[in-house]
Amino acid sequence: MKKVDKLMRVEKLRTGIAGLDSLANGGLPRMRSTLVSGSSGSAKTVLAVQFLAEGIRQFNEGGVFVTFEEPASDIRMNMLSLGWNIQQWEDENKFAFIDASPQPGENVIISGDYDLGGLLVRIEHAIKKVKATRVSMDSLSAIFTQLQDSTVIRRELYRLTFALKQMKMTSIMTAERLTEYGDIARFGVEEFVSDNVIILRNLLEAEKRRRTIEILKFRGAIHQKGEYPFTIIPGEGITVIPLSDIELKQKSSTIRIHTGNDELNKMTGGGFFRDSIILVSGATGNGKTLMVTEFINGGVQKGEKCLLFAFEESREQLFRNASGWNFDFEKLESEGKLKVVCVYPEVAGLEDHFIRMRNTIDVFKPNRIAVDSLSALERVSTEKGYREFVIGITSFIKDREAAGMFTSTTPTLLGGTSITEAHISTITDTIILLRYVEMMGEMRRGLTVLKMRGSMHDKDIREFTIDGNGMHIGKPFRSITGILSGAVHHITSSEVDRISGLFQT
Amino acid sequence: MAKLKLRLYVTGKTAQSERAISNLREIIEKDLHSKYMLEIIDILENPQLAEDEKIIATPTLLKELPPPLRKIIGDLSDKEKVLLSLDLKNI
Repeated sequence: MKKVDKLMRVEKLRTGIAGLDSLANGGLPRMRSTLVSGSSGSAKTVLAVQFLAEGIRQFNEGGVFVTFEEPASDIRMNMLSLGWNIQQWEDENKFAFIDASPQPGENVIISGDYDLGGLLVRIEHAIKKVKATRVSMDSLSAIFTQLQDSTVIRRELYRLTFALKQMKMTSIMTAERLTEYGDIARFGVEEFVSDNVIILRNLLEAEKRRRTIEILKFRGAIHQKGEYPFTIIPGEGITVIPLSDIELKQKSSTIRIHTGNDELNKMTGGGFFRDSIILVSGATGNGKTLMVTEFINGGVQKGEKCLLFAFEESREQLFRNASGWNFDFEKLESEGKLKVVCVYPEVAGLEDHFIRMRNTIDVFKPNRIAVDSLSALERVSTEKGYREFVIGITSFIKDREAAGMFTSTTPTLLGGTSITEAHISTITDTIILLRYVEMMGEMRRGLTVLKMRGSMHDKDIREFTIDGNGMHIGKPFRSITGILSGAVHHITSSEVDRISGLFQT
Repeated sequence: MAKLKLRLYVTGKTAQSERAISNLREIIEKDLHSKYMLEIIDILENPQLAEDEKIIATPTLLKELPPPLRKIIGDLSDKEKVLLSLDLKNI
């Protein structure tokens, strides 16, 4: 019985495309064809080439690429910019092109019955030549425009997919679709390669381009559902960002790390947890960057490596501010204890920011990571994209067992919350609120530890001041209420005594 | 030397291949009465030749001489169309 199970189960072939294999629960169904459908410009050809490229680079599996649309010479050239030297692979007998693209100036005349035997013979020949296990065909829709007889083409493509299966090939076939949400593909292509369907989308959302990949179905095999963002990186190709994959398997540690501020250390019951995410929310100029600076300094003092992503200030500004509080970031960076990455949020889409941050973290391997401010990235994305990004980066940092401090700028000066808080308040372990407090015609600053998972913490809203030595946290505001809502009320000292009396045992 | 030089690409000895060959012979011999050179290529035996000429469909008839180069796909059962496409007024 067990033997039957093993034979019946659909085996998977690892594609080697970053993120796709976890989305596909291991890879594409082995010895089957997968239809990749997408509108024009949705990176179908890139995916089809990358499927073969990763096979060669990672698994030493040969690949055959059948092109119906672009001439082979164009594909060779276009893929060089992604870092794939197809010509070299062809010379090494690992990659073979079947150029079935329309020849310039050639006028094909049809007289009587025919089949696609020529194509089939060429594919078989190439498969033997490079000892291929992977085949990509790009795109099936183009052959319908080349030879108008769709009944014949359908019959022949059916024969072709069957032949590929007989030859034990795992294949990708691309097809064109006209709308992002609608029919799977033009010319009813899905009718003969319908076992497995992947859809690529290139969406315009709020004036921003967003690429997503969705596995629509894998017959007889499991996969993750829904659309996942992906990006194309020069030198690497497609990188899918699977969110569900990295979620909720975080370990948690009871080791405390110094917050960088002795008073805050006391408020948090002895410091933050080692692999926790801390969200610092506050209005502009309220001391968020200072808290980040102290957090980093606290790490460096304990011999930890720290990484700072700055999306609001330039390197010079940051270093100048830090030196104003007597921290020499330039020296720390030259000693390799600190790395500061300053990027303007608008230079890239969120997916690209995510990949860059992830790569930087993996190369530098920091113990502490600070992002100042996370909310600046809201500007370059849609709300949905931003939410996915925040969840992705949070899970990633936790997975790497580092402490992360994110800052979030509230849109209003008094009180208020931001989108960032709404998105990540449940996945952060600690939330610290910094608020302006208007008191007797004066702006004062208040701080509170709103939540801290797994630890006792100070519940007071404390006043703090900033001077040349950094942040000083003082006494709680006793005679006012409504700080967090932004509508401050002063209460008399007798009322304070009465209320505190209520809770005395 | 024959003025008409043709190549016919077929996959094996199928009924379709045979039909294409006999249709072609009939057209040239009965309608054109011209000397010709015909090379029949079975791509199952010689796949590289299919690759060289980028053959997709079979049968495919390739007219090499006289110019212009022409490609006709199918078993050549539509005689009028074949004659028209071969463009052999000059012979």
